[in-house]
Amino acid sequence: MMIPYAAAPALGTVTEIWPYLMDGARVTVLVALGATPVALALAFVVGLLSRSRHVWIRGVVRVYLELFRGTSVIVQMYWIFFAMPALTGYRLDPILAGIVAVGLHMGAYGSEVVRGAIAAVPRTQWEAAVALNFSPFQCMVRVILPQAWVGMVPALNNNWIELLKVTSLVSVISVADLIAESNTLRNSGYSPLIVMTMVMVVYLVLALAITTIMRFLERRAARRVGRDVAPVFRTRRGDGSVKTAPSAGGLS
Amino acid sequence: MNWDWDYALEIAPEMLSQGLIVTVQATLAGAVLAFVLGLLLAMLLRSGRRWVSLPTRLFVEFVRSTPLVAQLFFVFFVFPSALGITMSALTTGIIVLGVHYSCYTAEVYRAGIDGVPKGQWEAAVALNLPRFRVWTSVILPQAVRRALPVLGNYLIVIFKETPQLTLITVVDVLGTGRILASESYRYLEPITIAGLFFLIVAVPASIIVRRLERRLAQ
Repeated sequence: MMIPYAAAPALGTVTEIWPYLMDGARVTVLVALGATPVALALAFVVGLLSRSRHVWIRGVVRVYLELFRGTSVIVQMYWIFFAMPALTGYRLDPILAGIVAVGLHMGAYGSEVVRGAIAAVPRTQWEAAVALNFSPFQCMVRVILPQAWVGMVPALNNNWIELLKVTSLVSVISVADLIAESNTLRNSGYSPLIVMTMVMVVYLVLALAITTIMRFLERRAARRVGRDVAPVFRTRRGDGSVKTAPSAGGLS
Repeated sequence: MNWDWDYALEIAPEMLSQGLIVTVQATLAGAVLAFVLGLLLAMLLRSGRRWVSLPTRLFVEFVRSTPLVAQLFFVFFVFPSALGITMSALTTGIIVLGVHYSCYTAEVYRAGIDGVPKGQWEAAVALNLPRFRVWTSVILPQAVRRALPVLGNYLIVIFKETPQLTLITVVDVLGTGRILASESYRYLEPITIAGLFFLIVAVPASIIVRRLERRLAQ
């Protein structure tokens, strides 16, 4: 059956809806940009620690990974925002809780990328760096990471888009993001078709922005270690043109 | 406020009976749909005709670039109002999960097909097998075998992401927990039980998948 207002709504509604959705989009971008450094820092720290010689460090890393990869981010957000206060008697600000949950979750996935990319750098590079009397730290920072970084970027591109997608769940802990705004608009009687189409477009534009930034970084990283620069037009997500480490389950 | 064992033991059976059935339904049906549709999409992506492969590529990229929640809301609210298609929340959830993850499994199948050695194609041509037989008897069995561990991973991923269906009013394990929490004002136990449930299933499952991967790699 057809609902009356499914007849082409006036174009004016798009301009009416736009400012509200932009408020939500700003919050989405804020949470995504807030969680990105958290996730990146965790990815590198955990990725490097997972190669540690100490069993107990590897054990802690393992627990973190299983905890945050074994559950959906929606459960983690609920837990951090609603369940944790019962234990600590202290409730985080919703946006902060969202940033923490998204950062912890994506850091776990990112650490696999970092670990794999470091493992993919040929052993001879280590040996050469040691032969040149580099300290372990210098080996890592000056020789290994710049090379690993080239392989990491395409995978991190996916992870970053994944991070953006994961922020779409912060509305469950009362953050007024894009999804929350769209719910409000739908509930106040605006056309679901127009509202949700606009939401999709905003997410697409943000994802494209991420891919553009990462392409640029990839080309720069490749040039720095003197490799062929990948063409700008390449299907995303590893078509084999860039050596990405095989991941045991680098997906989310 | 601390962990209350009495309350936890009181709600656990309810969460893991009614809620569990819905979670399992959504997981299995969503996964079957994702695995079947994914193969279809992989074939369309490989098509030599640009007017087939290009729109498929665009569709896959679109689905992978937008959040599952947005897609759930889109189908759940827009389809009834704009297209007059009304489905139950669970059906909507299963279809959206299936289509969403089929765009990921398509890539898995594609890698599996690309991984079949060239000699197999040549041998099939040499035997003068019809095109259809080449696919069904030679290429796909090998490609799917290669893809199995990753598909196993996606089964776990789909299982873990089913709680998102609570946002379109599906009452699964997390949904039951949410309802109980709102009745008792105790969030700690229901949410922790839900989280532990997903961990207890997902972690061993991913270890099994890793073993399978190693066995197939030999």
